[in-house]
Amino acid sequence: MFDDSTPIYRQIAEQIKQEILSGALLEDEQVMSTNQYAAYYRINPATAQKGFQQLVDEGILYKKRGIGMFVSPGAREALRANHRERFFEDVVDPMVAEAQAIGIPIDEVIRHIEQVATKGNA
Amino acid sequence: MRIETRQLTQQFGETTALDSLDLTLEGNKIIGLLGRNGSGKTTLLSILAGFRKPTAGEVLVNGEPVFENAHVVRDIALIREGGDTVEESEKVSEALRFAEYLRPNWDKELAGQILERFEVPVKSKLDQLSRGKRSAVGIALGLAARAPLTMFDETYLGLDAPSRYVFYDLVLQDFMEHPRMFILSTHLIEEVSRIFEEVAIIDHGKLLIHDESDALLARGVAITGPQDAVDAFITGRTVIGERQLGRTKSAMLYGMLQNGERDEAARAGLDLEPLDLQDLFVYLTEPKGGN
Repeated sequence: MFDDSTPIYRQIAEQIKQEILSGALLEDEQVMSTNQYAAYYRINPATAQKGFQQLVDEGILYKKRGIGMFVSPGAREALRANHRERFFEDVVDPMVAEAQAIGIPIDEVIRHIEQVATKGNA
Repeated sequence: MRIETRQLTQQFGETTALDSLDLTLEGNKIIGLLGRNGSGKTTLLSILAGFRKPTAGEVLVNGEPVFENAHVVRDIALIREGGDTVEESEKVSEALRFAEYLRPNWDKELAGQILERFEVPVKSKLDQLSRGKRSAVGIALGLAARAPLTMFDETYLGLDAPSRYVFYDLVLQDFMEHPRMFILSTHLIEEVSRIFEEVAIIDHGKLLIHDESDALLARGVAITGPQDAVDAFITGRTVIGERQLGRTKSAMLYGMLQNGERDEAARAGLDLEPLDLQDLFVYLTEPKGGN
């Protein structure tokens, strides 16, 4: 569930997930070290470490002792599947609620979606 | 590194600067000591550094008392705003030489790099330097000492914003390369809160809160919405601040909200927003009326 009050370590985890999804980080590629993250974002290294640990626990990253953290094989597909699940709850449902709140008929929304989708595919 | 204070009390005539303070700090970490002006931060740090003997109570560093304990004091560096050295008419180079003599872990190169970074000519006399450059000298002396307990008492106050960020970066970098205990006291929290792993809030000489930054931040939330709905939601909770504009009310709460409670708030048409460390600090240390 999306929540505004996410601690920094979780935002770091989210950001790395985004990079994996977008392909900026490839499977089995090494991730920047926690110290590099800490220096770059000017945060405590323990916070960066927490974010990384969360990803290790979720199976998105793995550790190579003495070397660093790497993107797990299959991480991208796992994240996409997870996003697909949450897409309707996180993106579509709020959109429907918003349309109803401001009085836009749902079939208008659907027509617009179809138009945009066909344009995108052209 | 382990610091322990027991019932630490400091009186200055009629004023109680520290009031039976019990605080334990342990490990290689960057710790923020937060407090308003006059809260007792400087007094506490002076006592921790062995600069004064407290009126009552104990201070132990790694199990030993600090005051007039030479080998303990040697492992502690307290840097205040002015650069804190022996003589005003002294040159920076002399201050450096003295530090090298005093400090077993002195890193000459680091000191030179920091002074260069802040553009402080080594030949200058301390009393000829601007406030900012004097702070920079203090920072160089403090960081290069590599003391296992390094404390900065609002040393950044004289620095302009870009220089402050240089300071935070230097602290972070040196902490990662040479882990030790750093205590940074401040009342300007917004820009520095992210580098703290742990935070101690002191107010009127007493310890208000001591916790991991993440844990503390997770307990701050602002609830906004129609007054009736807000009032209903906050019943029985710890409210640390309230604001109202017409029929819209904001209440600042201190305490964990469970997931179910977040949904409950959303259903009641209430907006939830996290409080950052500065917000929490402001609300927690505001004088409470009518108590």
